[in-house]
Amino acid sequence: MKDDAKGAPRTVPIQSATFSNSANAEIRRAAATGIYDIRGGGSKRKLPHFDDLLFLGASISRYALEGYREKCDTSVTLGTRFAKKPIQLDIPITIAGMSFGALSGPAKEALGRGASMAGTSTTTGDGGMTEEERGHSKQLVYQVLPSRYGMNPDDLRRCDAIEVVVGQGAKPGGGGMLLGQKISDRVAEMRNLPKGIDQRSACRHPDWTGPDDLEIKILELREITGWEKPIYVKIGGTRPYFDTMLAIKAGADVVVLDGMQGGTAATQDVFIEHVGLPIIACIPEAVRALQDMELHREVQLVVSGGIRNGADVAKALALGADAVAIGTAAMIALGDNDPKWEAEYNALGTTAGAYDDWHEGKDPAGITTQDPELSKRFDPIAGGRHLNNYLKVMTLEAQTIARACGHNHLHNLEPEDLVSLTMEAAAMAKIPLAGTQWYPGKPGTSY
Amino acid sequence: MQTFDLEAQGLRNLNAALQAQSKETNQTAWEVVNAKGSHAIAVGLDAPIEVNVKGSTGYYCAGMNKQATVHIHGSAGPGVAENMMSGTVIVEGDASQYAGATGRGGTLVIKGNASSRCGISMKGIDIIVHGNIGHMSAFMAQSGNLVVCGDAGDALGDSIYEARLFVRGSVKSLGADCIEKEMRPEHIEILKDLLERGECDAKPEEFKRYGSARKLYNFDIDNAY
Repeated sequence: MKDDAKGAPRTVPIQSATFSNSANAEIRRAAATGIYDIRGGGSKRKLPHFDDLLFLGASISRYALEGYREKCDTSVTLGTRFAKKPIQLDIPITIAGMSFGALSGPAKEALGRGASMAGTSTTTGDGGMTEEERGHSKQLVYQVLPSRYGMNPDDLRRCDAIEVVVGQGAKPGGGGMLLGQKISDRVAEMRNLPKGIDQRSACRHPDWTGPDDLEIKILELREITGWEKPIYVKIGGTRPYFDTMLAIKAGADVVVLDGMQGGTAATQDVFIEHVGLPIIACIPEAVRALQDMELHREVQLVVSGGIRNGADVAKALALGADAVAIGTAAMIALGDNDPKWEAEYNALGTTAGAYDDWHEGKDPAGITTQDPELSKRFDPIAGGRHLNNYLKVMTLEAQTIARACGHNHLHNLEPEDLVSLTMEAAAMAKIPLAGTQWYPGKPGTSY
Repeated sequence: MQTFDLEAQGLRNLNAALQAQSKETNQTAWEVVNAKGSHAIAVGLDAPIEVNVKGSTGYYCAGMNKQATVHIHGSAGPGVAENMMSGTVIVEGDASQYAGATGRGGTLVIKGNASSRCGISMKGIDIIVHGNIGHMSAFMAQSGNLVVCGDAGDALGDSIYEARLFVRGSVKSLGADCIEKEMRPEHIEILKDLLERGECDAKPEEFKRYGSARKLYNFDIDNAY
């Protein structure tokens, strides 16, 4: 910075931490357009997360298992409470619900292929069940959503589990919108709506309103399917203790809990970033609810929202989850946001890794689109193979950590294996701060 | 005639027996006694059978019905014939909330009144109500027909898509994007058929038609509330 005309040093320009470049850009965008920003994905802000937890590993007080040689089981059974046919998975990493409509048919096929190769389940979404998905998914979870797009008893009977979706982490309390540019003939037919119009997904179910009603709704679903299918209840992370309790009270076999890092096909940015809880704040509360009802491990807990690698999986399981679900990570494994499309991302005004306008249907990777030409870019066979590779790596990573902690099953990971790096993570996850035996709010201690 | 005592034999046995009937079954006539307001009676049926339920039912009677005729000789609790695919459901008495919710086909006849949210998110079902319907009926109704021989409550057809609403009596208020529309000859014909199927002696000419103004079909911030 040059001195001024009199030779005195100038003040160095300082950008406001509050009115940051991105905040100012959003103000200008809002002022110019008069409409809030809609995007896909989950929270992008830095949040207390699994990165703020560390494993302790074995030492004199714990006996480690040998690297990749000694057995470390990864299987999980979901739906043991009431269902006659619980789901048996080889790995505790499932594929979260993503709709046909938001994703292309080949992308749904790839999810089925990859999940089946890895021995796990995939999940439908707010658009009904496609043949590609059913045909390529060894284990398929069928979502019952407020919109009931495509809902029918035949698909209920040919799925392997049913998931009643109450909410999701990206937008707990919110519905959805699939914009008209993604409504192809096929999507329109499946949803029984005219082509090209925006399709609203309601925020509440049409035929039940509270936990007592939900209990009867679950009874109906069980009666239609002969009490065979596990019934999951999916909730967005807001009041995890009470919502978990109410889901269990309503008769859930499995509770699916999604934190605010979990993605969506499209909603308001303000919703994604300012409503809900980080997943590490949710898991201990849900586990406490399960324990208070003496149903931990009998009702399984599946958690999602920002799971990226085997360490995240291991940490979620150590906090008490039975399995995790991945959505955004699975899409990245398929090729979403790949830098090889950088020039096209640039043309859309973004960059690889930041592309989140999935609702516009212009995805250069051909995954979040119904455009036939863009969809052709995506190879479902290669995509399935990549997803399988990724799931295998995550499982191996989680096993590596579990063995190092002395466990012969991923489910034997426990909170005592963890420490927190930050006060925030310690308070939310109820895991002692590294080097101490204490976390904020620990019973019997003072702040 | 197969008679099933629900109190003595239990819900699971009832639904298992009804769901086991095939298209070729010769056991086409069923009677359910001692219903006593039980939930989820005769759900998930998929055969051309007739089930007569003696007494009132709880939630979701005839839910997701295909092919079957379910005749309730009493009143129906919430969600009667929810997500029905085909077939016929007849309620001799009144129906509670969400009657015919998300129904994709078939005919639901309610000879008494229906409560709020009748035909919510309907996707092809035809609903004929001899009496009145409550508030927020046909909310986000996508397709199919809702016939009301009496009056409609507040916010009829809020956020409606392509469903047709026919009301003979008064409409307390219309919901967002729902407007009165011209009753053309083809609508009279459609309504005549619906009234016949619903065993209703009202005259088609006495009804008004309501449907979507289609102003909410593509998101416009100026339409936000």
